[in-house]
Amino acid sequence: MADLTCKDLSMTYRNPQTGAEVHALKDINFTLKKGELLAVLGPSGCGKTTLLNMVAGFLKPTAGEMILGDRLINGPGVERGMVFQQGALFEWQSVKKNVDFGLRMKKTKAVEAADLVEKWLDIVGLQGFGETPTYQLSGGMQQRVALARCLVNDPDVILMDEPLGALDALTREKMQSLILELWKETGKTIIIITHSVEEALLLGERLFVMAPRPGRIHKEYHLPFAERGLSEPLRAIRQDKDFTKVREEILTMIWNMEEEIMGRV
Amino acid sequence: MFEFIADQRAAIAAVFILTLLLAFGVSIYIGRKEYRKNGQDQVFGDPERTKGGWYWSLCGVSALLLIWFYFSWGVARAYFPNAANELCQIAKLDEALSPIRAVLPIGSRSYQSTQLVARNGAQIEALRDSMPKQAFSRDEQQVLELVIDDVQSLLGLSSDPDQQSPEVAAQIELLSQELRAIAIALDAGPSAVEPSAEALAQPKWGATYTEIPLLPVTARGILFDQLSQDAALLSDRFVTLKNIPPAYATRIPLITQKIEALSAATKAQQFSDADVEARKDYIKSLDRIFNRLDDGSIFPAGSFAPLMKVFQELARAQAHAKGSLKVIDALFVPGAGVVKSRTQCSEQGSGRWLPKPMDVVVTFAELADPDVEDGGGFKGTPLLWWKWLPIADVVAFVIPDALADLWAGEYARHGVDGKVQENTKDRLLALAQGDIDLGSVPALDGHLWDSLFRVLVAMGLGILCGVPVGIYMGVSQFIKGVLDPVVELYRPVPPLAWAPLILTIFGIQDDGKIFLLFMVAFAIMVISARTGAAGTQLSKIRASHSLGASNRQILLYVILPNALPEILTGVRIAIGVCWGTLVAAEMLAGTTGIGFIENVARTVSDYELIWVTILIMGILGLAFDLIMRWVIQKTIPWRGKG
Repeated sequence: MADLTCKDLSMTYRNPQTGAEVHALKDINFTLKKGELLAVLGPSGCGKTTLLNMVAGFLKPTAGEMILGDRLINGPGVERGMVFQQGALFEWQSVKKNVDFGLRMKKTKAVEAADLVEKWLDIVGLQGFGETPTYQLSGGMQQRVALARCLVNDPDVILMDEPLGALDALTREKMQSLILELWKETGKTIIIITHSVEEALLLGERLFVMAPRPGRIHKEYHLPFAERGLSEPLRAIRQDKDFTKVREEILTMIWNMEEEIMGRV
Repeated sequence: MFEFIADQRAAIAAVFILTLLLAFGVSIYIGRKEYRKNGQDQVFGDPERTKGGWYWSLCGVSALLLIWFYFSWGVARAYFPNAANELCQIAKLDEALSPIRAVLPIGSRSYQSTQLVARNGAQIEALRDSMPKQAFSRDEQQVLELVIDDVQSLLGLSSDPDQQSPEVAAQIELLSQELRAIAIALDAGPSAVEPSAEALAQPKWGATYTEIPLLPVTARGILFDQLSQDAALLSDRFVTLKNIPPAYATRIPLITQKIEALSAATKAQQFSDADVEARKDYIKSLDRIFNRLDDGSIFPAGSFAPLMKVFQELARAQAHAKGSLKVIDALFVPGAGVVKSRTQCSEQGSGRWLPKPMDVVVTFAELADPDVEDGGGFKGTPLLWWKWLPIADVVAFVIPDALADLWAGEYARHGVDGKVQENTKDRLLALAQGDIDLGSVPALDGHLWDSLFRVLVAMGLGILCGVPVGIYMGVSQFIKGVLDPVVELYRPVPPLAWAPLILTIFGIQDDGKIFLLFMVAFAIMVISARTGAAGTQLSKIRASHSLGASNRQILLYVILPNALPEILTGVRIAIGVCWGTLVAAEMLAGTTGIGFIENVARTVSDYELIWVTILIMGILGLAFDLIMRWVIQKTIPWRGKG
């Protein structure tokens, strides 16, 4: 129903000095069914963030189109929520005010909004932190606020741009479990961009490994680990033989890509 | 209360200075102890090391106040209240003897006579060389040479002790003896004479505009005062003393005769205009030197030897008679000491231009006294007080007269009965012009309030207009493009450079100053709001787009709060710049305000008042900044943590 389809998506930048064209993305085609969790992985410069920004509506593709459900994507919208690497919270406001930002913009009734905020703060594990100023929160807690702020708007798709990139290893693992829980509970379509192969394998039901110059989908995987992560501890999955095998394969793939880039330069 | 401070200022200062000395000593003691206890806890350069340390602030403030007390002669006045009066009597003696001292090599390098001989000799030589030969006949030139020789010979006659009349030498000897009597009286010391009732009734040192009481109140002072009267008589006699050698009697009529003959020839004979001019000028110059030499002010070098000797004795005797006052004079009266001129004695040096701290307090108390009828305030306006403000005035200020003109209908005309029936339009005009009694409200009043009012109104308008403009400039290419050149062109001009123009256009009342300050505040607010708006993180803007905020909502809920730290910093800077500009603008024009007070005080050299205004401005500027720092801390605690 609310599937996300990308057709022949291209993004070309023109270098203003040399006039040379750079293909950030070229002919990207995929369809993401409702409720699928897609992880996108790739070396730097492969256009994974550009892809996410286009889906979010912050950038317009130079060619191709994106369709969510039955509507063409043209500019940002509430049905596509975004979580940024650094949270991008409004640090002058409390946790509660941050979470109900979207509701206030829609002019939702205060009572209704308060209930929703309570519910989501509960789900992301921030009960009792409603009045805390966000600048006093740790990095992991700030990302929880960012997740709640996004989810309270009930988007169809959640876009995450390296959401856990700035966190320490322990917090990171907790947050990975949280994302899986949220995915299961809400059944939302999620696209998550990461530069950690392990994270991509753990969270991605589907996984795109992208390659640069031009930015393209190099290989696609369908993985069982996200499903298993809902019931098994993540640490156990990491030790799994299948897991390590895929991990080494992808690492080699990306390593070769990087080598290739260095060689060309 | 004020009178008590004014009367007892020396005593209060004495207590205060002791307290300051104690505070200075104790603060250094505590500081050293604290440093020994935990001074080495942090490494050098660690900012933590600068935290705390109130005792060093106390040390600095008390040292500064002590320096102020010392160099303003406040210490001398507090502990030696009669010192200035005694020094004044000594200055009287110095002044009385100054005509005699002037001819002696005391305080100068040579006798006055030596200087006169040197100067006149040089002028005579110059005259001889500059004779306009074309204007005089050959015979006349010879006559002129002879006259010049004669005039020159006068220098020789007056410098020769053998030519001096014996009477002059006797006079000098007599004067010397009488002066020696003064020295002997000084050595003998003061006798127990009671000061006159008049002297005791004098105001104390520094209590009135006559800084130092003139009449002596101590035995030592009475001695010096009496001797100065004797010395004044001697000086009067001395100045009438002339050295006219007997030989002058034959020489001078001869020279006079020759010069007159030359003048007569100029009139009698036919000369060209240029020649007449040259002859007149030359003869006049010659006559001038001649007249200077025949008045007998040149004495032979040796004739003042007895005077020189007695003056050395006088100096010694005077130093002896000064006694302990010498120490006070040297230690506690920095600068050029007390000088008497005409009818009063005055402090010289830093004692003159650096008012004593207590005098500044008294001046401030007088200025702060709201009772304008009783001499309080300044120029009929209190410093800071309140008054009844008619509401009608405020209404009239807000409503422009044009509003009544625009109202439908016509103003009332006089009717057939010879009366005017007011209509609504008339009543509206009366309202706009403040002619209706609407009662009064208490409002602040005074010079300080006028200054504050100007700054606050200008700041308010500057923030109201500058912040939206700045924010839009930060987000819109169109508005940035249109307004950037305007703001950037007028902003770099120093505000005071605008003042003459703006005060001419808007008048010297509040309007002009407020507009000038508004220009200052507007530019600063625009730039700070623009910097703040332009510095919003892209991810925050994107996040709010994704959360469904409209452009207006993003401006209001994301960009504005994000720019708040910069805006508040802008307010802090703008308020300081406005304050500085205002004071200068008030000095340029106006009839109220703190800058006006200082400007008037400057024109009448009222140093205390100048210092009071400087201190008020400094303290208010500090208060503004402290308030803004507090506001910034309270309103944007997230600053630097986002």
